Amino acid sequence: MDHFPLSWGRPRNDAVDAYGTFPIQQRPNHGQDTFSSGIQHTQQPIVTGTSVLAIKFKDGIMMAADNLASYGSLARFRDIKRLHAVGEHTVIGAGGDMGDFQYIQSIMDELMIDEFAAQDGHALGPAEVHNYLSELMYARRSKMDPLWNAILVGGFKDGQRFLAFVDLLGTTYSASTLATGYGAHIAQPLLRRAVEGREDTLDAAEAEKIIEQSMQVLFYRDARSLDKYQIATITAEGVKISESRKLETSWSFAEGIRGYGAQTQ
Amino acid sequence: MAFLQSQSTHAALPLQLQNGGTILAVAGSGFSVVAGDILRQSNGYTAQAPTAPKVFRLTDKAVLATNGFASDGNMFVKKVRQRLEWYRHAHSQDMSLHAIARLIQSMLYQRRFFPFYVSNILGGIEDDGSGAVYSFDAVGSYERETCRVAGAAAALVQPFLDSQMRHKPSHGQRSTGTASPPPTTHLPLSRVVSLVMEAFTGAAERHAEVGDGLEIYVVLDKGAPLQGLENLPGVTELTDTKHASGQERMFVVRRSLKRD
Repeated sequence: MDHFPLSWGRPRNDAVDAYGTFPIQQRPNHGQDTFSSGIQHTQQPIVTGTSVLAIKFKDGIMMAADNLASYGSLARFRDIKRLHAVGEHTVIGAGGDMGDFQYIQSIMDELMIDEFAAQDGHALGPAEVHNYLSELMYARRSKMDPLWNAILVGGFKDGQRFLAFVDLLGTTYSASTLATGYGAHIAQPLLRRAVEGREDTLDAAEAEKIIEQSMQVLFYRDARSLDKYQIATITAEGVKISESRKLETSWSFAEGIRGYGAQTQ
Repeated sequence: MAFLQSQSTHAALPLQLQNGGTILAVAGSGFSVVAGDILRQSNGYTAQAPTAPKVFRLTDKAVLATNGFASDGNMFVKKVRQRLEWYRHAHSQDMSLHAIARLIQSMLYQRRFFPFYVSNILGGIEDDGSGAVYSFDAVGSYERETCRVAGAAAALVQPFLDSQMRHKPSHGQRSTGTASPPPTTHLPLSRVVSLVMEAFTGAAERHAEVGDGLEIYVVLDKGAPLQGLENLPGVTELTDTKHASGQERMFVVRRSLKRD
């Protein structure tokens, strides 16, 4: 007996057993296939890269990142490239989950291939790359499935330097010196002091020195960093990402710390 | 506030956060003033960007200020601008202010269950030439008002502005003691602009998340008197004055605020 007036005169639905009279065999309907019901969204980054630094100098942008991808506290992959060229005008550098960054790299490569194939006389510059990335990051955040990265986009096109940041929440900003991760706390004050106000007079050699000094401080203080790093320079001549270079650091002060090493008081 | 919950560690990544800053708007007779600080964007612990403007020109007659979660705010302004451009192509004219206000409501409510984490204030000139201010909450409820402050220092600045905007009884007169608030009078433009500067200066003194600089957008009806606006230090006109006769005008006044 159907007690609900709104059901009278309407087609019967036997899939619903309103009074629980017997178990009804039903195919579970997730609205999607069985595989996708097992998919989990990124909840935390697993294999991670640490800081990325970047500054504006007279001729363009300089960006640096070390070659380490950590697995928690394990320094797992020591030859990772965290700086990636996108076309001839832009470099993106990322910290955070390296799997997500490799995915972003392949998206950007495909994008550049499509743009090339269009043969319309236009090339995507750093501003377009940054805009594309920020829309991508924001969209993933809005799906509660972020690409867990903090990315710096630096480039030089049509006589203009470009430097901006975008992260897993879609937050964007631009300045003449930028840093992600620990770099934002430790290196950014050093970069600002050295660069702010002198963006148009700083030459490449000086800029490289400033970056190297900041990378040194980061290696001393960031427990998830490495003393092997690369510098990318983007100028009117295009993109140049250097070979890995070693940082000069001095740890001899450690001998003087009481309780460290072979000392027994 | 939305969070991304991790099942294994129960850690939760906040998907939205507050980036600081304060905005306000005041409506006058024939003009509207929309202001916001350009305080360096912060995530609560780190200064991210050296400046973060929060007030955006939408059309010749409309200015939108957004404050809260900067990523949502910037994305929302982008989407509003896109809708206005579609409208302009379809109708060969700009959207009127009250229509923009209603559009903003529906755009915000579409995200009712994962909101744009921002407070919006829309200011400009209505079809009848009056100055108007519309303020919105994060999910789209809105109201036309005379003055509204939103953001980190809203609690500091709103009462100050209200007290200055309300009609004050003249000296010697006793207040009536009635429950209903006295009507707000429309103050002249020069007074409003100096009030806005006072309000922000005071807020920057007392609130850590207000400061660095101030942008004041002034939208004027056709033929409304400038009252010395064009001579203020730091002023730029945004309207193309070659076609200026008989059209609305928009100015920006930029000032520095306490930096710390």
